[in-house]
Order: sequence, then C-alpha cells, then structure tokens
Amino acid sequence: MNEKPRQPAEPDPNQPGQTALELINTGAEWLRGTGRACDVVVSSRVRLARNLAGFPFMPRASRVDRQQIVDLCHHKLVEAELADRLLWIDLREVSRLDRNLLVERHLISQAHARGKIGNHSVTGGRTGEDEPRAVAVGLPGERLSIMVNEEDHLRIQVVKSGFALAEALTEIDTIDDRIEARADYAFHPRFGYLTACPTNVGTGIRFGVMLHLPALKLTGDIEKVTRAANDMSLAVRGFYGEGSEPLGDFFQISNQTTLGKSERVLLHDLEHEIIPKVIEYERVSRRQLLERRGEAIADQVHRALGVLTHARLLATDEATRLLSQLRLGVAMGLIEKVDQQVVHNLMLLVQPAHLQRASGRNMTQAERRIARAELVRNRLAEAMTRRT
Amino acid sequence: MKCACGKNEATIHEIVVVDGVVQEKHLCPECAETEGISPDPHANIASLLAKHAQPSPAGPSLSGPVAPRRPPSVRSVRCSACGTTFSQFKNEGLLGCADCYKAFEFPLGPLLERAHDGATHHVGKIPRRALAASRGGDLPIEALLGSLEERAERLATLRKQIAEAVAAEHYERAARLRDELRALGSAPSSPGADLPEDRPEA
Repeated sequence: MNEKPRQPAEPDPNQPGQTALELINTGAEWLRGTGRACDVVVSSRVRLARNLAGFPFMPRASRVDRQQIVDLCHHKLVEAELADRLLWIDLREVSRLDRNLLVERHLISQAHARGKIGNHSVTGGRTGEDEPRAVAVGLPGERLSIMVNEEDHLRIQVVKSGFALAEALTEIDTIDDRIEARADYAFHPRFGYLTACPTNVGTGIRFGVMLHLPALKLTGDIEKVTRAANDMSLAVRGFYGEGSEPLGDFFQISNQTTLGKSERVLLHDLEHEIIPKVIEYERVSRRQLLERRGEAIADQVHRALGVLTHARLLATDEATRLLSQLRLGVAMGLIEKVDQQVVHNLMLLVQPAHLQRASGRNMTQAERRIARAELVRNRLAEAMTRRT
Repeated sequence: MKCACGKNEATIHEIVVVDGVVQEKHLCPECAETEGISPDPHANIASLLAKHAQPSPAGPSLSGPVAPRRPPSVRSVRCSACGTTFSQFKNEGLLGCADCYKAFEFPLGPLLERAHDGATHHVGKIPRRALAASRGGDLPIEALLGSLEERAERLATLRKQIAEAVAAEHYERAARLRDELRALGSAPSSPGADLPEDRPEA
C-alpha cells in the first residue's frame, strides 16, 4: 500500500504492508464503541453510488477506460482534500492478504478485492485481480472510503461510531459536493444519479446501521424484525453486508429503494421511525432476559470471558460468537473489566487477514487458531489490567 | 433448442418485428454469422442497424401520447452508445452506460417501479455544479428537472406522498415532503409555482 500526500504525486513504492499495520494500530473511528445508542448500535454508514459522465459503466468499460477512471479519480480525489490524509491504495499493487484485510475493515467489498463487478457476473466482462481499481481511505479514523471501479465508478462511504446517520449524511454530502465540483457525474432529470444497477438509481444512497441484537436473536424475535423490515423495503444483512451471514448476532439494516424518496426522507424514516423501534425492542428484550433469566445470562457472558481469556485454540467463528456474548455483557453492565472498543477491535483482529498481519507472517489454519487464542488472551489481559 | 440448420445448438436468439409481424430466429454462431447477426455487443452498430431496415425504437417516452404496452421486440432493443441490448441487461442485471437509461427508458419503467416501491422519478439531490450553472443562465433548469410533463408527474407523486403521510399522521415526514415540493415548485416556469398553502400541520 502506498501513502499519498494531498498533492498528486508519482506512486511511492514504499514498504508495502506498513500501511496495513498502521491501519491496525491507529484503528477505525467506528470501532470506538461510543456515540448514541452504542449499547445496541455499533456503527452507522452512508454510501453513495456515483458514475463519471463520459465513461461507460463498469460492465462495458475497456481496460483503457478503467485505467483512465482510476487515474482521473486519483487526481481529483486527492485534489479535493477530502480528509486530513487521503490514503490511495491501488489494489493491483497490494497482496491478496492486504486486500482481505481491507475487506475485514469494511473499507472495500469482497467483489472489489477480487476485481469483480459487484455481485454480478458479466458475460465477456473483464474481471480479475489485474483490473485497474483502487480505494481511497480517509485518515485518521477511516471514516471515509471511496472504492474506484467497483460496480460503479465511485462508491463513497462514510462510517461513524454509534447511531449517527444524520451526521454521516452531512459529512458525505459535503464530500460528494467536493468531488462533484471537480468531476461531472452521470445524471438524468428523471432517473437522478445514474448507476450501473437500476436498483441504486436516483439518489444512489444507502444508509446502513450495524446493530448488535443478541437478545432478539435469543428470543427468536429477530424474525419479526426481519419481516417488518422487509415489509418496509429495508434489507437485513450480516456483518459483512450483501450476501453475508449474520455473524455473532450483528445485523445491518439498510434501505433498498433509492428512487422517489429524497435522502432526507429516507434518513428520517430510518433515524426517527424504524431504527429507534428496533433499538428499543432489543433493550426491552435485554431487560426481560435479565429479570427472568438473570443468572443464566450472567453465567453465559462470564463463561464467554472465561473461554476468551483462557482458551489455547480459537477458530474465527467461535471467537466471534464469544466476543458477541462479551459485548452483550459489557453493554448490560455485567462485565466492567473490559470496554466496547476492546471488544470491537478484537472482532476485527480475530479475522484471518488481520491475525496474520498482526503476527507478521502467513499461517496455516491450525497455526492461526493458536495465534488467535494467544492474541485474544493477551489483549484482554492487557485491557483488564488497564481498567483495574 | 436446435439451430435452423439442424446441426448445432441455437445459442443466438433474435426477435425482430417487421410490419407488426414477429419474426424469431434461433441460430448457432456459424449460421448467425452467415446471416450477419453478431453476438458481439461491440460490433459496429451502424452496420447492424443497416441490416435491419426497421430498427426497433428505443421505446417511446412514458409521457408520450400512445405507448404500446410492451413491444415484442423489447429484448433486442440496443443502446446505440455502448451496444448493450435489453436482453443482455436482463441477464446481467447491469446497464452498460448512462445512455442505456434513455435507450431502455420504456422497458425499464416497470422494472424500476417494482424495485423502488412504485417510484418513477428521482426526488432529492441534484448535482450542485449543474444546478449553479443553470442559475447562471447557461443551462435551462428544465434540462435538470426534466420536461414540464415530467415535473408535473413528480409534483403529482409528491402530493400523493404528502397525502399519504398526513393520512398516516406522519406530519414531520409530510412537512419534509412539502419542502421538497416547494423546492421543485419554485423553479422558474414550473407548473407547481402556485401551490396552495396547505401545510399539513395538525
């Protein structure tokens, strides 16, 4: 990965991997575990799908087109001064491990890591790891990320810790204006911002709230939430978005329609009507669980902490499940020795690419289990010493 | 399905309407080439069009006076800018370029309505620079907001949404929609400039 100063400059082939480590060490703002309703809401994100006027969309863009789009975006995004530091990562120049690390940090999609066009298979379309594509990451804090040449030319994303959709919208709106001041977007009076997939056309906006809903999962009421959300044209997805399974009781709720409703109306529906109801539903369920099965819940979250602080072998799924229970314990005030930021950081650090990057070497699955258990033990021990 | 030659599997399917008569062709790649039908979307569009004396139209605009419900040739409608056919779009789920939205405006309409809860028109942000340019007089605002008919349709949609919001006692939402209606209605030479002041405060 290459770090870029604000001024456009030649690619700097400095030590690849340095930046990956820097990302791990400085941390993403959305992992802080702070903000409104942070007992239930992990993060709030807004993304905009945008295409540049004058270029074909990704499925029909030639390699030359794609390279030109990357070059143009590199120049324009750096020039627009969108963050204190904008890290420009040409995805062809980084290892598969580092691309996976970016996926685990929610900075790029799985499709983008592999050089595919969204989740679509395009006949005769050029896809593959060598395809010109990039991501720009706003530092510090990783609040901003812009995928270049994913399903659309630009996929702009802003993420915040806690329930902060309105703040995220304000921020992304400014960023969008700054880019638009330098580059023409494909726009149509009737259809709005034009996107490769018509399901994104119009505002091109997707609000997404990542919620931790262990109590609703436990009571089975999560099904009701999913059904109600679907009735309101909202999607309920897993930890890693489209096509991913719910992992450790984390769910993302996002809008599916982008045409005919303005950004403000969509925001209002989610921020004031839908999400607060889900948050309240989860809180009520947690309280009821405490009242009716207090000992059982306390036992479960302390067992989770016990395993995490003592296990010698940990698989990703098991670690994630236990960390989810630990998060519940922290949110309910049952565990005071650990804070949410530590739990959130561990949620990422136990993922395969993070684990290998943090350990500084590639490992087999068996080696990873040992390293994962060791890392979790050490981090939790460190965090608990700090708190006492 | 076998090709007309009876030897190979038909992989290229073309439906053409000539004088209202639907002609279907199911061909293998060799026969298709002999007939001058190219499976390559990047083939020379002009030569392709020249072969069909009556190229299927991109489909009349929805606001047009008489729109046939669904021209049988819709799958072979081709975007002249990037060569994507509607059939290709249906298979891949992605459009090829900005012009596809114009080329496929007619067949896309129902798809968009299904995907977006019945919505047919954009409501919301408009690129700022383009809007500023229109205010400076370089570009008529109609170019951004659409024709008078299109704007009338959008205003009607907004009014309907406001009525629904009021009926459901979602007053905040109604007020918000109302602001949008005003923004749209205050544009010069807009048909909605003289809106009655029926602010839905209860």
